[in-house]
Amino acid sequence: MDKPFAITLDPGSSLANKTGSWRTERPVYTDRLPPCNATCPAGEDIQGWLFRAESGDYEAAWRHLVRDNPLPAVMGRVCYHGCEGACNRAKLDEAVGINSVERFLGDEAIRRGWAFEPPAAESGRRVLVVGAGPSGLSAAYHLRRLGHAVTVAEAGAAAGGMMRYGIPKYRLPREVLDAEVARIVALGVELQLGTRVDRIAEAMQAGAYDAAFLAVGAHIAKRAFIPAGDSARILDAVALLRSMEDGATPVLGRRVAVYGGGNTALDVARTAKRLGATEAVIVYRRTRERMPAHDLEVEEALEEGVQVKWLSTVAHAEAGTLTIEKMRLDEHGKPQPTGEYETLEADSLVLALGQDVDLALLAGVPGLDVRDGVVQVDPQTMMTGHPGLFAGGDMVPAERNVTVAVGHGKKAARHIDAWLRGTALAAEPKHGPALFERLNPWYYSDAPKTEREQLELARRTDGFDEVQHGLTEENALFEARRCLSCGNCLQCDNCYGVCPDNAVKKLAPGRYAVDYDYCKGCGLCAVECPCGAIDMVAEQT
Amino acid sequence: MDEPVKFYQTGTFTVGNRLLPKEQRTVQASRQRGNALNSGHRACQGCGEALGARYVVDAALRAAEGRLIAANATGCLEVFSTPYPETSWQLPWIHSLFGNAAAVGTGIAAALKVKGRRDVRVIAQGGDGGTTDIGFGCLSGMFERNDDVLYVCYDNQGYMNTGVQRSSATPPGARTATTMAVGPEPGAPFGQGKNLPLIAMAHAIPYVATATVADLHDLEAKVERAMALHGARYLHVLVPCPLGWGAASHDTVRLARLAKESGIFPVFEAEHGELTAVSKIRRRVPAAEYLRLQKRFAHLFGEPGHPEMLAAIQAGADRNVRRFGLED
Ligand SMILES: Cc1cc2nc3c(=O)[nH]c(=O)nc-3n(C[C@H](O)[C@H](O)[C@H](O)COP(=O)(O)OP(=O)(O)OC[C@H]3O[C@@H](n4cnc5c(N)ncnc54)[C@H](O)[C@@H]3O)c2cc1C
Ligand SMILES: Cc1ncc(C[n+]2csc(CCOP(=O)(O)OP(=O)(O)O)c2C)c(N)n1
Ligand code: SF4
Ligand code: SF4
Ligand code: SF4
Ligand code: SF4
Repeated sequence: MDKPFAITLDPGSSLANKTGSWRTERPVYTDRLPPCNATCPAGEDIQGWLFRAESGDYEAAWRHLVRDNPLPAVMGRVCYHGCEGACNRAKLDEAVGINSVERFLGDEAIRRGWAFEPPAAESGRRVLVVGAGPSGLSAAYHLRRLGHAVTVAEAGAAAGGMMRYGIPKYRLPREVLDAEVARIVALGVELQLGTRVDRIAEAMQAGAYDAAFLAVGAHIAKRAFIPAGDSARILDAVALLRSMEDGATPVLGRRVAVYGGGNTALDVARTAKRLGATEAVIVYRRTRERMPAHDLEVEEALEEGVQVKWLSTVAHAEAGTLTIEKMRLDEHGKPQPTGEYETLEADSLVLALGQDVDLALLAGVPGLDVRDGVVQVDPQTMMTGHPGLFAGGDMVPAERNVTVAVGHGKKAARHIDAWLRGTALAAEPKHGPALFERLNPWYYSDAPKTEREQLELARRTDGFDEVQHGLTEENALFEARRCLSCGNCLQCDNCYGVCPDNAVKKLAPGRYAVDYDYCKGCGLCAVECPCGAIDMVAEQT
Repeated sequence: MDEPVKFYQTGTFTVGNRLLPKEQRTVQASRQRGNALNSGHRACQGCGEALGARYVVDAALRAAEGRLIAANATGCLEVFSTPYPETSWQLPWIHSLFGNAAAVGTGIAAALKVKGRRDVRVIAQGGDGGTTDIGFGCLSGMFERNDDVLYVCYDNQGYMNTGVQRSSATPPGARTATTMAVGPEPGAPFGQGKNLPLIAMAHAIPYVATATVADLHDLEAKVERAMALHGARYLHVLVPCPLGWGAASHDTVRLARLAKESGIFPVFEAEHGELTAVSKIRRRVPAAEYLRLQKRFAHLFGEPGHPEMLAAIQAGADRNVRRFGLED
């Protein structure tokens, strides 16, 4: 050492003193999977698109969103938003209004005419999609974006599936649906309306398709045997809702009874009210807690004057009256008859007992596994037992809703793409969860949730105007900014600021790096990171 | 809702925020900050004093447009930053004795006055020992003469550099090397207290403020305000010390936050002896929540513990809350 007396380091700065050697743990920047993203059946990167919306760049937010889901304006209306149920912010005050921001972005895109980016290159492969419901549309969109030529064969006169022929207008205005479908078609998806596929094998051969995605939904109304007199008026819910769309107003009478406890039952009862029924009564075998229908819908229906007879079944139907048997729940929650009867005045009875899948088009296809009335698929890839034949949505075993259907379409498209290229898509490793316990909530401002306004009650029951309103731009921005950005850096500069050793470098806005020459491993940056985007990792010795 | 969008997801509590307008971000958020106390210093892991010193001096440097001289008392800050011949300081800096930083600052200010350099500003800084005990006489003189110096006390509540001995800023009940956790009244005695910010206010100097390393926006605003004034000014910054307090190195900022949120360390501002502003408590916590994280108070907890001492500390916090109006 060639240093003056009693000196171990060069004069001047302290930079020669590499205090990083003191460290036993090092901070590492990470991305974690927020619970909202993890819960969305369509696999949306919610934190990612909210992050863009927070800066007011709605187009970037929308483009980020539609990487996963081409129907945000629809989602923002009909999705049951499980994402909000999982949102970490609920542990502080209330969940972020993810669904309402999603709707805002979807509506902005329609208003401003944003279009999808065309595929970068054509693959030369042809894929047939059967059914233009949410699952088929989603698959077609993703396949097209990957450069494949896509034909969608749809039996109906218009695209949308149950979004058009099931979900009533007061929840999903048709202009919204039309606009989002048109945007997918504009991407170069060939949509053949009025085209029922009767035999999938023949259709594939005739069109020289390389692969197919089936998404025919579940449209056959489930039947229940109800002893009835000749003149009793009994209809099924699916046919009734569908006829609304075809322009024929169904004749229901002034007193309508609906049998069932799902969302469909509620939609029918609410529709009946709008068609002029003075009484709409839902007859359901169990209690409200056991009703499969979503709470919000039950709430809205009750507000609109729909009545519900809990713990009741229809024992007999006559013209003008129903005989109702009271039920009780056994210890398994199963309804059991009690032998007590009452009568209910009703001009018509609508059965809303669920739907079965029409699988006729699959006849003769080898390798398929049909169980419980649905087609079994590999849950990783959505491929059926028949190579090159994929399926999703209501016709496969899963929860039946639009978002799950959209998610199936996306997943199938990615695996169809891989299959067409002769490769297999390896599942991407998932980031660790962005748990609430990792957040430092001190840093978040108090900000109560913004509620969406609803159409006044008086105007709800005499027309099909949309019930739920959207957010204003200001409210949407506010709501987006309530997001805690769980597990993903929100560029707050805290790590850069709180390091006592200046060991965090700010490379560019939003890009930080630790200078391990000087980081002593105190862990301040990690615990003061509001969103838990820094891990402390033990040093190898 | 007509209310304009005013919330950012992290409000103004974080160092920066990409959504905040530039002028509302802190000096520390800037890539151009001075880093007056540079990397390679030998402070402990998670040192609150190193953090506080950089916060204060960087902000003062910006306010003085880079023309700033610092006098520094002996103590941790001097020892860990400047073992001759190396130094972490990125500004003209002079080491004085343990007790006379205020006097040296005064001398520099006088020299600058003689030279007609109104543009160059002076700060003097030291630990609580160098300020509240041995440097107290010089400091009071500096106040009384209204010398044009900003004196900054980094209060880590003890003589940390020489092995954690009690200072007159050590809180009652705390264990130090000279106030052991033994006997019927373990730790530092419950005395009359020596509150230097209030003593400074009694000198009716232009500006007195307290702050912590947990609220950077507040701390920087106070430095800025102090630098906008001339004459004697005093800033008292609470800087938790992982070693002396027996706390985890990652808890430094949390401890500073809890000190304020419990009412134990009131954060306020005064001009010419008059209280002008207090930082309200956002989410009040019991004193125990703050004390429990520190080994120097470990003897207050457990079986049998010292509930009467805990109650006395809590009573002190409650008194602060009333006295300074810390709650809305
Ligand atoms: C009344 C009602 C209300 C609902 N409300 C909601 C809600 O609010 N939110 C929600 O998330 N979910 C709701 N659902 C469920 C949701 O609509 C379905 O889960 C979803 O639409 C299923 O999508 P899919 O693509 O699998 O099938 P579908 O939407 O049923 O679409 C299938 C399409 O395939 C076509 N097709 C069928 N067979 C053939 C064939 N052989 N050849 C060519 N085309 C064919 C059909 O015409 C149809 O267009 C509701 C369902 C109903 C019935
Ligand atoms: C006159 C004199 N007495 C004692 C000392 C020894 N000494 C050096 S630093 C120090 C304590 C410093 O405590 P404080 O000012 O609180 O600073 P800290 O180290 O806690 O930051 C002491 C006692 C000295 N340098 N000079
Ligand atoms: S699609 Fe549904 S679950 Fe997914 S983000 Fe939107 S509202 Fe949430
Ligand atoms: S706060 Fe934001 S990132 Fe976290 S769960 Fe909620 S929406 Fe997702
Ligand atoms: S705050 Fe600085 S020294 Fe502490 S762990 Fe983070 S980078 Fe390292
Ligand atoms: S502290 Fe702030 S800037 Fe640093 S990683 Fe966390 S969110 Fe990003």
